[in-house]
Amino acid sequence: MNKKAFLTLEDGTVFEGESFGAEGELIGEVVFTTCMTGFQETLTDPNYSGQIVVQTFPIAGCPGANSHDDLSDYGGAAGLIVREQSVVASNFRSEETLDEFMKKRGIIGLCGIDTRKLARILRKKGTMNGVISTTESADISKLKSFTPEITLISGTESVTYRAENAKHNIALIDYGHRKSIVALLNKLGCNVTVVPFTETINPADFDGIVLSNGAGNPAECTEEIEAVKALIASKIPLLGIGLGHQLLALAAGGTTAKHTHGHRGANIPVVDLESGRTYITAQNHGYYVSDLPEAVGKITHINANDKTCEAISYSSFPALSMQFAPSDMSGVNATAYLVERFLGLVK
Amino acid sequence: MPLRKDIKKILVIGSGPIVIGQAAEFDYAGTQACRALKAEGLEVVLVNSNPATIMTDKNMADIIYIEPLTLDSVKKIIKLEKPDSLLSTLGGQTGLTLSMQLAKEGFLDEHNVKLLGAKVDTIDKAEDRQIFKETMEAIGEPCIPSKVVETLDDALEVAGKLGYPVVVRPAFTMGGSGGGIAGDEAALRVIADNGLRLSPITQVLIEKGISGWKEIEFECIRDSKGNVITVCSMENVDPVGVHTGDSIVVAPCLTLSEKDFQMMRTAALNIVNALGIEGGCNVQLALNPNSFEYAVIEVNPRVSRSSALASKATGYPIAKVATRIAIGYSLDEIPNAITGKTYACFEPALDYVVIKFPRFAFDKFVYAKKTLGTQMKATGEVMSIGVSFEEAMMKAVRGVELGLDTLTKPVFEKLTNDEVIAKLSDIDCDRIFCIFEALKRGVTTEEICRITAFDKWFVEKLRNLCKLEQDLAKGLTAEKYQLAKKYGYLDKTIERLSGEKLAEKNIDKKHCVYKLVDTCAAEFEAQTPYFYGVNCDEENEAFEFMNSPEKKKVIVFGSGPIRIGQGIEFDYCSVHCVWALKEMGYEAIIVNNNPETVSTDFDTGDRLYFDPLTPEDVDNLINTEKPWGVVVQFGGQTAIKLTKHLQDKGVNILGTSADSIDAAEDRERFDALLEKCNIPRPEGMTVYTTEEALNAAGKLGYPVLLRPSYVLGGQNMIIAHCDSDVQEYMEIITATKLENPVLIDKYLMGKEIEVDAICDGEDFLIPGIMEHIERAGVHSGDSISVYPAIIKGKIKNMIIDYTERLAKALNIIGLVNIQYVVYNNEVYVIEVNPRSSRTVPYISKVTGVQMVDIATKIMLGQTLKQQGLPTGLFPKSEYFAVKVPVFSFEKLHDVDTQLGPEMKSTGETLGIAKTFKEALFKGLLAAGFKFKKSEEGKPRGVLFSVRNSDKPEIIELAGKFEKLGFDIYATSGTASLLNHNMIPANFVYRIKDGKEPNVISLIESGKIDYVVSTSETGRDPALDSVKIRRKSVERGIACLTSIDTANALADCLESGMTIDDVEMVDITKI
Repeated sequence: MNKKAFLTLEDGTVFEGESFGAEGELIGEVVFTTCMTGFQETLTDPNYSGQIVVQTFPIAGCPGANSHDDLSDYGGAAGLIVREQSVVASNFRSEETLDEFMKKRGIIGLCGIDTRKLARILRKKGTMNGVISTTESADISKLKSFTPEITLISGTESVTYRAENAKHNIALIDYGHRKSIVALLNKLGCNVTVVPFTETINPADFDGIVLSNGAGNPAECTEEIEAVKALIASKIPLLGIGLGHQLLALAAGGTTAKHTHGHRGANIPVVDLESGRTYITAQNHGYYVSDLPEAVGKITHINANDKTCEAISYSSFPALSMQFAPSDMSGVNATAYLVERFLGLVK
Repeated sequence: MPLRKDIKKILVIGSGPIVIGQAAEFDYAGTQACRALKAEGLEVVLVNSNPATIMTDKNMADIIYIEPLTLDSVKKIIKLEKPDSLLSTLGGQTGLTLSMQLAKEGFLDEHNVKLLGAKVDTIDKAEDRQIFKETMEAIGEPCIPSKVVETLDDALEVAGKLGYPVVVRPAFTMGGSGGGIAGDEAALRVIADNGLRLSPITQVLIEKGISGWKEIEFECIRDSKGNVITVCSMENVDPVGVHTGDSIVVAPCLTLSEKDFQMMRTAALNIVNALGIEGGCNVQLALNPNSFEYAVIEVNPRVSRSSALASKATGYPIAKVATRIAIGYSLDEIPNAITGKTYACFEPALDYVVIKFPRFAFDKFVYAKKTLGTQMKATGEVMSIGVSFEEAMMKAVRGVELGLDTLTKPVFEKLTNDEVIAKLSDIDCDRIFCIFEALKRGVTTEEICRITAFDKWFVEKLRNLCKLEQDLAKGLTAEKYQLAKKYGYLDKTIERLSGEKLAEKNIDKKHCVYKLVDTCAAEFEAQTPYFYGVNCDEENEAFEFMNSPEKKKVIVFGSGPIRIGQGIEFDYCSVHCVWALKEMGYEAIIVNNNPETVSTDFDTGDRLYFDPLTPEDVDNLINTEKPWGVVVQFGGQTAIKLTKHLQDKGVNILGTSADSIDAAEDRERFDALLEKCNIPRPEGMTVYTTEEALNAAGKLGYPVLLRPSYVLGGQNMIIAHCDSDVQEYMEIITATKLENPVLIDKYLMGKEIEVDAICDGEDFLIPGIMEHIERAGVHSGDSISVYPAIIKGKIKNMIIDYTERLAKALNIIGLVNIQYVVYNNEVYVIEVNPRSSRTVPYISKVTGVQMVDIATKIMLGQTLKQQGLPTGLFPKSEYFAVKVPVFSFEKLHDVDTQLGPEMKSTGETLGIAKTFKEALFKGLLAAGFKFKKSEEGKPRGVLFSVRNSDKPEIIELAGKFEKLGFDIYATSGTASLLNHNMIPANFVYRIKDGKEPNVISLIESGKIDYVVSTSETGRDPALDSVKIRRKSVERGIACLTSIDTANALADCLESGMTIDDVEMVDITKI
């Protein structure tokens, strides 16, 4: 029998289960994802930075982890809660088990609990703070006062990924980007220079700029919003993805708000208002663009379920943005046309 | 786009009789389709030859034809009804093929009928092997190296180039009929020859063997706007090589990495887009487990068995959505019925593991080949839902009703270690049990994976179960109990495995709680109460749905997996019971574990529990629901078996009591009852051993009928003509532990009469009396059954009288089915079943007496009189209805097709007409009999090979065929008998004569249209007579194994009737 572990939520609910992965105590925002595959991608998604992720699908880790499939080299979930951690890793590329992977990265795990009950609490009451620990006595008052301090993460210096027969030079401002977007841009004929968000960028050096995804509350990123305003002023074509989409909207005069329990899953329907088509997208975010002045641009895509903003086309400057990921592990997905539309602005 | 304005009247084609590869899932799909269409206010015309379906119920469509599903018949209906549209994709391969033929002939255009659901070129792209391959190549999706051929020589040449093994796949056949894996040239000659013949366009695909790859399936839906989604991914536990219908399947895929998964998903969507599907589509892919190499196996551009499974596994109603797409809607316009807030344009997220476990008929067909390949053999399946693979697996294995509650199968326990390892190589229906035995013997995972190509992950999961069972054997502890419950074991099993009682160990029993299937893994609030049990969890969501305290709750137990003897008709009855309960203001709760059925549609009952039907599973449910009453009468033997247990628990069983059920099934009590009622039955005895059996047979005098008590569908029932028959039978039957005795009866070869009656304790009603064409000795399910019975006068009155006496003596409250034999002008009772029966749906439809609804109301306290119904025999309908059995012999190799007391048919058709002859003709035509007209220069032939006792009767029979211009062939004795009686018969050698032409080469020559074959003994495939019958099946030649059936057929042929001569009957007007 593995060591016991506990999850205590801000509302006082306690779940008792077993510990796996790294040990210790961790406070974080507890969020749930309905993705049924891809635990390695979940754990290495920078959007989850600092968060405790609940996987609603009952088993994680069946194919094991390998050294190729990380979504990023830095950042990712701080904790994982799943009903069952697969002790067996079965895949021809598998190098380590889920447990080994998490231990190596210091990700704390809790398994053996009724995750459906937990997800239902989060759905009804909204995302809340929680603590995973190997001792039962968690201080709820500490939980209530805890505010997730999400610092944007990126590499320390610029790196350029070259495409074969490149047509464009694109800068990607890194707030905690996923590697898949670089792969997609390379595939579409772009050299991509990943620039840490801390660096100032000279728009004249590039044909277009991508504002990457990342974690946290966009409204708190005041310095970054200012930096984006400068980019807007330069009239260089911009593409915002995820956090980048939110920062762009804020810089253009829009506002953002927080979802009760977020959009986290691989099955989220997004409607292209122009064509009327619906696309299934992968999403992982807690905030959304709640308002945008009509003069700067229009919402082009909405969420089919709650009708929130999913993508924007700007009219007052050459830019577009999307809340969801235009690429997945196998490369292009059905919404990559938005990235191509951005490259059209670049031309 | 909303509903198309140009659709007003729509024809829906059903899938016809239940056969292996095309079963109840199409009743589920068809019913959803009809309801969706009616909800739009469209006029629905339905044609389906299968009367045991919900879809052919009066309120399902506006106009309903239970008519043969032949081209001519459907054309006639189109001309008559003038529909403006035809829905092609909901009636299985049968419906699709018919629709395509009508479209390609130009018939639809000619009659201004729009083809909905599938475009002709889409179907060609998906189903024509060559065009499919070209389409895949054009979009860069890899196919397995293969070539389409139309001759055997080409097949051999292609296989030579590809290298063996090769897979043979015939074009346009359902369930992969006629296909197979050929390991060498000799095998290919047999398989390819057979496949070419079975393909309606004489075309097979010869494909490189890729056994051992993972088999992955996606159920996709696309609309006319181009919106496309995958509803569910599924992974076969059995690697490529076993038909997906025969594989153990998990959903969603479990062993794929995100990269593998997205690659497969993208491929599936690309294919669906390239084919231009508008509706549901099943895509099957193979993935090399050691690389990213994959290949497309096949695509089904319609709803299918897999889509029914995916619907139940996810809560996403594929057939309903596909139907609405066909009439113009797009995915984003169709609401998700489960959440009520979201739309059909999303991909369901699961937060549980689903396992599908196939059900085979090999327990009945002891001589059948159990090996599995590309041709489907399963008759049914169960689905189980758990929060772990282990839990789902344990639920599946006990739910499939093989008499097991663990993966230990006793036959394997007797084998040596070497034998077990050797058996691992056999790809058959027992492989999972063999793997489990190997694990128990300490065989390594690597070794098992090397031999079976199962993924390591699955084998390790089975090892968890094995290890737990071995630990339990060392003694029970609270910790082990906890783990065993988590793995889904029953308390009863845990106590047996450990040899200790929970109470002795002071361990508290764990009760299960119920979780919701909600399509979205709790992301949205769900409206539809569809549950599964979880053993070790905290929250019971079922309580949140118990919002009608003013209503009394009734649980209806379903009938489990479809098997020979317990088919779709019991689902029909369960569904009707639920409807009647709802109508009466009760809360109707259904529990069943069959994903193919209407009963497990989430909006059939007020609440659905998708769980096994064992006593302990049922106890758990009763603990949660605390029902006012339960109904066991409509779920076949599966539900009836629960009666005693429920009675002991003090549960209120509605209708006939447990005691009455026991009185009908316990031989001694039943005999006493008959004596009291003064009703004769064939003399009989009860025995336990071979010795007793031989003694009893000696006293009764041969022939005798042997069967175990408490049987279903005549399972393991034979007619013994001599001591050696009795010995052989008793050896087989005593091989498994004998809990109940064997019954041995004098066999009376008379006319068989069947009655379904409704009784309220005071009065009784017989909606109709049925008479069988075949004499007693052929199982009632395999007999051609005629309503109304032809018998008259005294005999008829005796039957009515006996029925009344029996129903009252047994204190039947609800339905009862009684079988009689009329012998030398005496009426004997053969069997009384105090429950619904196979014939209830068709008798209800043809007489207009809604038997299940009436019986349900009686159970709730409304007498027949209060319901305003007459008593005694109901006035007969102006129509004759002839039920004809349908078999799946082409799928089951080495099964003797001779009919006997053991049921063999998988489905049935019905012929309805004003005259008996027309009804018989329709029934036979619907069942697949061909009535070939004689053509100039093309002689037709009949081969006779019959047992001595039948010889006197075949003179007249052969005479009929001779008069019709058939050439008569017979083996020596029969030929000389016929020739002596002035019927010219050609002589052929028997196989054992070793000379030509013998019976087999004659059948192969193509000169034979019908075979009449009966023999004293059967079953053993080595027998000549069995070989004749098997060869007929292989060649698609009708083989009649009862002189009575053959006479009926000859009479039909004599009438020279065609479909143009008969009236199409809309049963809603009866």
